[in-house]
Amino acid sequence: MATFIAIVLAAVLTNNFITVKTYGICPFLGVSKKTSSAVGMGIAVTLVMAIATAVTYPLYTYVMLPLGIEFLEIIFFIFIIAALVQMIEKIIQKVSPTLYNAMGIYLPLITTNCAVLGVCELVIGDMSSIIGTATMNTGWAILYAVFAGLGFTLVMIIMSGLREKISCYNMPKALTGFPIAMITASIICMAFTVFSYIQLA
Amino acid sequence: MNKYSKITLDGLIYQNPTFMLVLGTCPTLGLIKTASGAAGMGLTVVVILTLSNIIISALRKIIPSQVRIPAYIVIIATLVTLARMILEKLMPDLYDTLGSFLALIVVNCIILGRAEAFASKHTVVESAVDGIATGLGFTAALTIMGIICEFFGSGSIFGLQIMSFKIAVLAQPAGAFLVYGICIAIFVYIMDNIERAKRIKKNKALTHETLAENTPVGAEVA
Repeated sequence: MATFIAIVLAAVLTNNFITVKTYGICPFLGVSKKTSSAVGMGIAVTLVMAIATAVTYPLYTYVMLPLGIEFLEIIFFIFIIAALVQMIEKIIQKVSPTLYNAMGIYLPLITTNCAVLGVCELVIGDMSSIIGTATMNTGWAILYAVFAGLGFTLVMIIMSGLREKISCYNMPKALTGFPIAMITASIICMAFTVFSYIQLA
Repeated sequence: MNKYSKITLDGLIYQNPTFMLVLGTCPTLGLIKTASGAAGMGLTVVVILTLSNIIISALRKIIPSQVRIPAYIVIIATLVTLARMILEKLMPDLYDTLGSFLALIVVNCIILGRAEAFASKHTVVESAVDGIATGLGFTAALTIMGIICEFFGSGSIFGLQIMSFKIAVLAQPAGAFLVYGICIAIFVYIMDNIERAKRIKKNKALTHETLAENTPVGAEVA
């Protein structure tokens, strides 16, 4: 139970993917102009992160490590992610056309999202700072991926709300677009710094 | 203008990947808290981008266009894996500084973007020049921001302590976002002013020419 809480808090708040690790900034800046699209992108990323981790973690631990081919991890992982994204896109298209229309355009963009490859690389690395003495297994890895995705979605939603407000005001031409978005993101990061004082375990 | 100098200027300034196109933001924000980490990341990208541009442009007639993206990803992933092994053995300090961002070069939009937009349509030499120029544009931008962040965030430059005064927030992701945003704004402002100055100069030249050409004609008619 303690490990569960530690992983959830670490993934969502203390080690948030955007504000602490700076993964997945391209969709964070590109798709955060409207709240509806930010939510769609966040859910799509969370889904792909969870499924990608559920495939790559067992593959790495039970196949690549025993065979001694762990140096091929980047090539394997990026291919699995690209294939998964294509597959999820086709499944959603068949099962729920409404959902497909809502998040269809965001799915292909996810292949080149650092957050997905980032979480696959993180969970096979050293996780002892988060889970303490507990041993890492597939369940914890998937849990971490899901909540990291939800943390990403949380910051996306905060950012899109702020950007909708900001777009109503006049500002110098050089600041419009990316610069003001970055400065807003900087203030969100400062607010999230508070959570780094949470003592885990 | 010579086409190579045009490619070089585009990569370094007019289409600077960091300030003008805002690509490859994750490693930028993650590594500009130290100048040496930023410069190391930039130089690694220069090498990988140049090699991937050369290989992709050499194979551009062989790779079928339907499967070009997976093919590019294999080439880039192989180069990144090689770079990772070489850095781990030869430069363990840099390997530790770059951390997970070294593996994430695979999904760096700059490399796939240049492969798709430039190397798949141009000759090997042009692609090599483009790779070096774009990579150096990225390196220069990262190093400038790295120096700013490290100077104000930890009071040092390239690890050399020069003052004890520091603003701790600039050594964190929040400061990286702030410095990046302000740097883009300044760059865009300067580029806009240069553009405007050029346009005014051109318009003036045009009016003088038209005057010089038109007056005699008008005089004849009159």
